[in-house]
Amino acid sequence: MQKFLARRAVSSAISLVLLVIAVFFLSRLTGDPTDLYLPVDASAEARENFRQIHGLNDPLYVQFGHYMLDLVQLDFGDSIRRARPALEVVTEAFVWTLQLAAITMVGVTFAAIVLGSLAAFRVGGLFDRVATFFSLIGASAPDFWIAIVAIVVFAVGFGWLPTSGTGTVWHWILPVSVLFIRPFGLILQVVRGSMITALSSAYVKTARAKGVAPRATIFVHALRNAMLPVITVIGDQAAGMLNGAVVVETIFGFPGVGKLMIDSILQRDFAVVLASIMVTAFAIFLMNILIDLAYGALDPRIRY
Amino acid sequence: MTMAEQRILSPAKPEAGRLRTALKLLWADKPATVAAVFLLVIVLCAVFGPMLLEQVSSRQNLRGRNAPPFDLAKGWLLILGGDQLGRPLLARIVVAASNTMAIAAGAVLASMLIGSALGLCAGYSRGRAGDLIPRLADVIMSFPSLLLAVIVLYMLEPSVGNIILVLAITRIPVYLRTTRAEVLEVRERMFVQAALVMGASTPRIIFRHIMPMILPTILTIATLDFAFVMLAESSLSFLGIGIQPPEVTWGLMVAQGRPYLTTAWWLSFWPGLVIILTTLSLNLLSNWMRIALDPTQRWRLEMGGRKNV
Repeated sequence: MQKFLARRAVSSAISLVLLVIAVFFLSRLTGDPTDLYLPVDASAEARENFRQIHGLNDPLYVQFGHYMLDLVQLDFGDSIRRARPALEVVTEAFVWTLQLAAITMVGVTFAAIVLGSLAAFRVGGLFDRVATFFSLIGASAPDFWIAIVAIVVFAVGFGWLPTSGTGTVWHWILPVSVLFIRPFGLILQVVRGSMITALSSAYVKTARAKGVAPRATIFVHALRNAMLPVITVIGDQAAGMLNGAVVVETIFGFPGVGKLMIDSILQRDFAVVLASIMVTAFAIFLMNILIDLAYGALDPRIRY
Repeated sequence: MTMAEQRILSPAKPEAGRLRTALKLLWADKPATVAAVFLLVIVLCAVFGPMLLEQVSSRQNLRGRNAPPFDLAKGWLLILGGDQLGRPLLARIVVAASNTMAIAAGAVLASMLIGSALGLCAGYSRGRAGDLIPRLADVIMSFPSLLLAVIVLYMLEPSVGNIILVLAITRIPVYLRTTRAEVLEVRERMFVQAALVMGASTPRIIFRHIMPMILPTILTIATLDFAFVMLAESSLSFLGIGIQPPEVTWGLMVAQGRPYLTTAWWLSFWPGLVIILTTLSLNLLSNWMRIALDPTQRWRLEMGGRKNV
């Protein structure tokens, strides 16, 4: 187990370092922040001063060396835009994203597993066909379109919900519902497919033959064995959400990490870009370990 | 057994017969038939749309600004309404199909070819390539794909070619991993061992013996992925870092209609609906393909369309 964790940590650390190197140099290719932050008629002296303060005068590899040295001491640099430590800015945004992702994924997981199992129980039945149809539509819908249609209908049309921003519980309803749809459709289909296989296996037939209640056969006997591929998909979807739901965050004015990442690129706030990549990568690393532990808990044959 | 079946069936039938079999299998799955017809229409729009409607779709008509849909008084072209400059939405959707389809098709083709070629190498080689190539996939996967897109499109200009490039790179790992996993399994099977013993060369084993086994899986994934890439391109265009006007895609049309949402919902609604219908069709078609290309499942379609799974 410890050996497994150590190996995972090392391989994740390597790919994280590669990622940081790539983003460091690529993002600096997008341009010089001086032109963006100082007025067009700023004097050469002011420009020089700005570059000096933010360490933009050194050659790229020197800048990179400085950055890495600071990073080893857990100093993520300062945001140019906000004049605050980059890590602080990112953590604030990440907490929002984490809440959004957690609420959505818990709901999606629960709903998709229950409905998908019920659909698999009577394949080809009315409930199955309705569920399959709607999950297909859900998996096919572009989230930005759903978001703006939802705003037109529920926020502007009926006036029930606020259009964007944060503050009250009501502000969460639209973003969560819009984010809900696609993962729900995808996961429901995986649950259904996996459950069909599990339900036609010999041990479920045995359970039914000896008179176990149908509900128990679905949710106890079959589900546990059908969960492995489902967990993989849930993990993929959750990872995508931790990276920030850029579109939904943009439309609903939600101060999450996806929007922060894109804005920081456009504002050439390199320290924030790098910090947000590292924070999300770390969160995804932790989540992947949890998922591996879940595999082991569900299937005793899996040992690390 | 599955191989034996294919061997007996395929050489005996002429090309036309195979097409007819495929159509019969398609007909057995009604939703997939409808999906295929819809996709055919979209492809026709993409190919011939710009030729026929390019002029009409860019002609501004300030009298028809945000003209409401289903009003035939202004001519049949405005049946879906007009956009903010009075250009007929129907014609614009038809013309936009071409860019949308070209980007998705280009990205899917490129990532499929590169990804599965790398996957074949990684799966078949027992040397260093087998270890290194999957790591490449891991690195790409750990990169937030939208971030990559933003950086690249910010450095290079957001042209059709560059968008295809970005989307293709982010989708390579999907094919790479699937192909590798399949090859790892297939190469241990008896018929590959037999070919090896009989002295078949490595290219022959890969292309004649392993490829046919994994092609159905790759094609099924590619169909699904086409839908995914289309959604990704739409999101990019919607965020304003994808295709730039006067070029047009469906995602961009949704974005352009956004300021008029409260007064003219149809500007964003129709292109979004077309996106949904197209991705839905691709999903349905991919479901059908998964069954039709799998010799152990095909009986479900041959049994007169009674779908069980």
